[in-house]
Amino acid sequence: MSTSSIDSIGTTRKVPTNRSKARLGKDKFNLPLTIVLAVCTLAVLVPLFVTVSMAFKTGAQAVEGKAFSLPSPLSIEGFIEAWRMTNFPVTFMTSVFVSAIAVAGAVLISSMAAYAIHANWERKFFKFAFFYVLAAMFLPFPVLALSQIKLSGFVGLDTPLGVGILHIMFMLGFNVLLLTTFLRGMPHELEEAARIDGATTWQTFWKVIFPVLSPMAATVGIFAFLFSWNDFMMPSMIISDPAMQTLPVVNQLFQSQFSSNYHISFASYLMAMAPAIIVFIFTQRWVLSGVTQGAVKS
Amino acid sequence: MSLTSPEAPAATPPAGLRPTPKRRPDKTHLFFLLPTLIAFTLCIALPAVMGIFFSFTNSVGYGEWDFVGLANYELMFTDPAIMASFWFTIWFSAVTVIATNLIAFLLAVGLTAQIRARVPMRAIFVIPMVVSPIIIAFVFQFLFAKTLPTAAQAVGFGPLEDSILANPNLAWLSIVIVTAWQAVPGAMLIYIAGLLAIPGDLYEASALDGAGPWKQMKMITIPLMASYIVINVILTFKGFLNAYDIIIGLTDGGPGTSTRSVAMTIFSGFETGDYAYQMATATIFFLITLAIAVVQLRLMRRKDQ
Repeated sequence: MSTSSIDSIGTTRKVPTNRSKARLGKDKFNLPLTIVLAVCTLAVLVPLFVTVSMAFKTGAQAVEGKAFSLPSPLSIEGFIEAWRMTNFPVTFMTSVFVSAIAVAGAVLISSMAAYAIHANWERKFFKFAFFYVLAAMFLPFPVLALSQIKLSGFVGLDTPLGVGILHIMFMLGFNVLLLTTFLRGMPHELEEAARIDGATTWQTFWKVIFPVLSPMAATVGIFAFLFSWNDFMMPSMIISDPAMQTLPVVNQLFQSQFSSNYHISFASYLMAMAPAIIVFIFTQRWVLSGVTQGAVKS
Repeated sequence: MSLTSPEAPAATPPAGLRPTPKRRPDKTHLFFLLPTLIAFTLCIALPAVMGIFFSFTNSVGYGEWDFVGLANYELMFTDPAIMASFWFTIWFSAVTVIATNLIAFLLAVGLTAQIRARVPMRAIFVIPMVVSPIIIAFVFQFLFAKTLPTAAQAVGFGPLEDSILANPNLAWLSIVIVTAWQAVPGAMLIYIAGLLAIPGDLYEASALDGAGPWKQMKMITIPLMASYIVINVILTFKGFLNAYDIIIGLTDGGPGTSTRSVAMTIFSGFETGDYAYQMATATIFFLITLAIAVVQLRLMRRKDQ
């Protein structure tokens, strides 16, 4: 389950489809099936196409509400208006801030905790900590939400910072599970060698463990980003100041008022979802492998 | 998945290098773990305990309160609004679990077969997983409320000429569709991993014995995929029970309260001053989720043996 398994899914043709290969010979592709699947991709692409095409329409054209007509003329007035109405720079930076906290925290804190648990597995306390953190995976957020609103307000963390911290904590169980499983597959000679050379635990972690852990830490980080960037529930409940809301929450405003200014709302939706899709495009091999490792291994 | 206990501890290092068990743990290790553990306790465990505690009181979320025993629970089980949200959530989740897993399984089989453009197609099918549920719900809301009725009018198809979102008997369908749209990629990736792990010789041998694709699916693929199916069913089911974002974006619980999920009911507790009462709902909701987790552990363990 080291780097090699990163390649085990979603990458290239060299990845096994050995059975079909054995049956069909090397260059024979199943054309009807390819066509069926290509048609199925429309289920994903059409809503995205509608979003993009609506976003670039003029107000007059958008009012017609025709989803499949192409924008003519191409107009960015929706973006300009959405930018203003959502106070985009501030909202965007709030979202970036929350996600940055969540990603940095998820990667660092989960790695450190996972290493400590891994290295002290035979101690009761660390073993207990592992299952304690894991148990939280069974706690649905709605169960905690009302008490969290109270507590976060009480200590003054009803802010983007508070949401970032909660995101880290909500993902902790799953991330520690991923990372400890990963560490278990690591040869312990690596760590011993560092010890013999006189490295402290701190140095061992940064110079040996963390670099070895990095493929899995990348997975953890990407999922932390996607989860945090897209989350609506927690920021909408925890953040008390409407001026400090994140992108998904702010977009709610198009639901009530301005309901026929579709070009503005879709421009805003596009600006909210684009960063996640862009990150996905650049990191898809980790996203694709991360799900499977998380759910299947262990 | 995840929930099977990690039996194998770290391989024991040779004696002499390892601290004897009696020695105190390395300070750095404690530093790595303890602050996180404390934050975790404050953020997760404390609210959970608080919630259960207050479900036995008459607190409105602030100020004074008294113990009222099981009164909230008694009231809750006879409250048609709460019971309706429970039934809606469970029923909608069950339907969506079936739809999601069926589609994800078929896509996974297709995407592991000998097709062209496999890599880009896999990437496209994963996109729904990475977009914000609430945003995509807004997009679909437009499609259901505007595009679908317009199209139905154009071809004169009566049942869909009015928005299904405004129809108490059909609004749930829009939630199933969008929830499945979002959940299929995650389940599909797990199925793909499972399918790739099946040794190819099994298919070769069965082909020599004269088994066609249908028989291979029934005798090889489905039995060997059983544990993946269990994983996915439980994972998706647990996820759908928490349904909130997509429902808010599509129907906001309406029309009326016909699509109100348990999560929405619980969250309403703060605005209406029903804190203690909704904490009772939350506690029962937690027990249901826990019961599902226990079933999961059981099923997984049986698979391991």
